Amino acid sequence: MTEPASRLSPVLQASQVALRYPGQSRAVIAGFDFALNAGETVSLLGASGVGKSSLLRVLAGLQAPTEGAVTMNGAPLDGVHPRVAVAFQDPSLLPWLTLEKNVAFGLDFKHQPKLARAESAARVEMAIREVGLTQARRKFPTELSGGMAQRTALARCFARKPEILLLDEPFGALDEVTRAEMQHLLLKLVRDFRTAAVLITHDIDEALKVSDRVLLLGGAPASVIGEWRIDLPKPREDLIAELGAIRVEILSTLRAAAPRRAA
Amino acid sequence: MSISWPTDALTHAKRRSFQRPDWLAPPAWRNAASGLGGLLALLALWWIGTDVLASSDGFIRHFSPTAAIPKLIALLSGPDLPVHILVSLRRVLVGLGLALAVGVPLGLAVGRFQRLNAATSPAFQFLRMISPLSWMPIAVMVFGVGDDPIYFMLAFAAVWPIVLNTAEGVRRLQPAWLSLASSLAATRWETLRHVILPGVLGHVLTGLRLAIGIVWIVLVPCEMLGVSAGLGYFILDTRDRLAYSELMATVLMIGLLGFLLDAGARALYRMATRNA
Ligand SMILES: Nc1ncnc2c1ncn2[C@@H]1O[C@H](COP(=O)(O)OP(=O)(O)OP(=O)(O)O)[C@@H](O)[C@H]1O
Ligand SMILES: [Mg+2]
Repeated sequence: MTEPASRLSPVLQASQVALRYPGQSRAVIAGFDFALNAGETVSLLGASGVGKSSLLRVLAGLQAPTEGAVTMNGAPLDGVHPRVAVAFQDPSLLPWLTLEKNVAFGLDFKHQPKLARAESAARVEMAIREVGLTQARRKFPTELSGGMAQRTALARCFARKPEILLLDEPFGALDEVTRAEMQHLLLKLVRDFRTAAVLITHDIDEALKVSDRVLLLGGAPASVIGEWRIDLPKPREDLIAELGAIRVEILSTLRAAAPRRAA
Repeated sequence: MSISWPTDALTHAKRRSFQRPDWLAPPAWRNAASGLGGLLALLALWWIGTDVLASSDGFIRHFSPTAAIPKLIALLSGPDLPVHILVSLRRVLVGLGLALAVGVPLGLAVGRFQRLNAATSPAFQFLRMISPLSWMPIAVMVFGVGDDPIYFMLAFAAVWPIVLNTAEGVRRLQPAWLSLASSLAATRWETLRHVILPGVLGHVLTGLRLAIGIVWIVLVPCEMLGVSAGLGYFILDTRDRLAYSELMATVLMIGLLGFLLDAGARALYRMATRNA
């Protein structure tokens, strides 16, 4: 079940990470080990409240772990790295900016790589084209549907040409059809930009559809309680049968872990 | 602590959430027509009270619209009134400018730090309830005679709604916006400049609109003390010259300018929040 150590050196690595929020007696996460390889998409799957978002914040450098270390390309991650992009469940668009300005948001921040004006304009245009919103680029967020807003959030991530993309249940608030569309879009973007991605989700099917590996989080404090490699071509709409076996395994691992969580 | 909201902020939000088709919305002209009707009724009452019901040689006739309106037009084309208006407007602008310069940073800090809010909010309520005019003797002692004590009193009157509304704006900033800024490694300054300030702009403008209302009311009595120009001064001047229709014309002008200032503030608010 456990993946043999990869030949490649990982782009993002966590070793023995633990996180305890100040003022709380128990850690949310403990003994979390993780490695993300270049170009790979990994899902972190887990029940509500298990600590997925907390973990993502640690991987993003938004939150320092209480114990252990996170390294990016071998160097310790202290704070947010300019080549890591994060997308949250809420698209977090700024209502006073047009779609285009929202996508450009942050490109010229001090800690981001310096870009010539023409280069950043070109990147914004390219990212908006990639998510198919060129027609809507002058609209304001209140004029966008939920799916369009989340596309905009993805475009904002990809305009930065990130090496690593971290997504925290980005499609959680979308309807079934839009969600499937967005999963397709994510696959395309990750492939076109050769981005390594971590997708946090509580939807097993979503994890099975988009990822090369699925890590199951469980226990309290949370750690990895199961890992599956999925070597099937993407997109995987027609491979439900092949995925069925893994799905059953994940569910039974979850069930086996559940009493331990309750205790 | 109570923060009043302009009603158009509420109707604005409502319009967004229902997305009523335009052809179903009550036509804007109907509201405008009702408002105009009310103003005409006010004019009629004024006219009836001072013209129709007053005896033809009565003192009260000086205050009638038939005397005041032509007088106002004459005054506006004369040399004095425009100067007094400009002096008053300059005082209002300086007072509001000072209030914004102090109130916005203070409001940002109060909204950001819960401890500071707890520490300052009773003190602010206390200071807010002191009529700015009661500072007059002290202000003159400190700042001397002239414009400076007026600037002080106007700023003192205007600063509270700006502080309170700015602080409320900070508390209502969406945490997601701040997460976004930190995920982009924004510096403190970038977060302030690109997220916090635009995010509280609507609230600052609401505070500004309330402040304009207060300042305009406080201005006239302020100008009745120790200055030689401005609308408040001119009111006393007309009284001393027994020029009662000029006095009434000035009262009318004060109302008119206040109305326009408020309309301006409202337009500014609408412009700034049209996408929010
Ligand atoms: N900033 C914080 N301070 C203190 N406790 C926190 C904080 N953030 C999260 N927690 C706690 O940590 C635990 C895990 O929360 P987290 O949001 O990481 O879970 P999650 O798996 O993302 O849940 P969900 O699926 O509902 O998003 C919860 O018990 C939560 O109350
Ligand atoms: Mg979460």
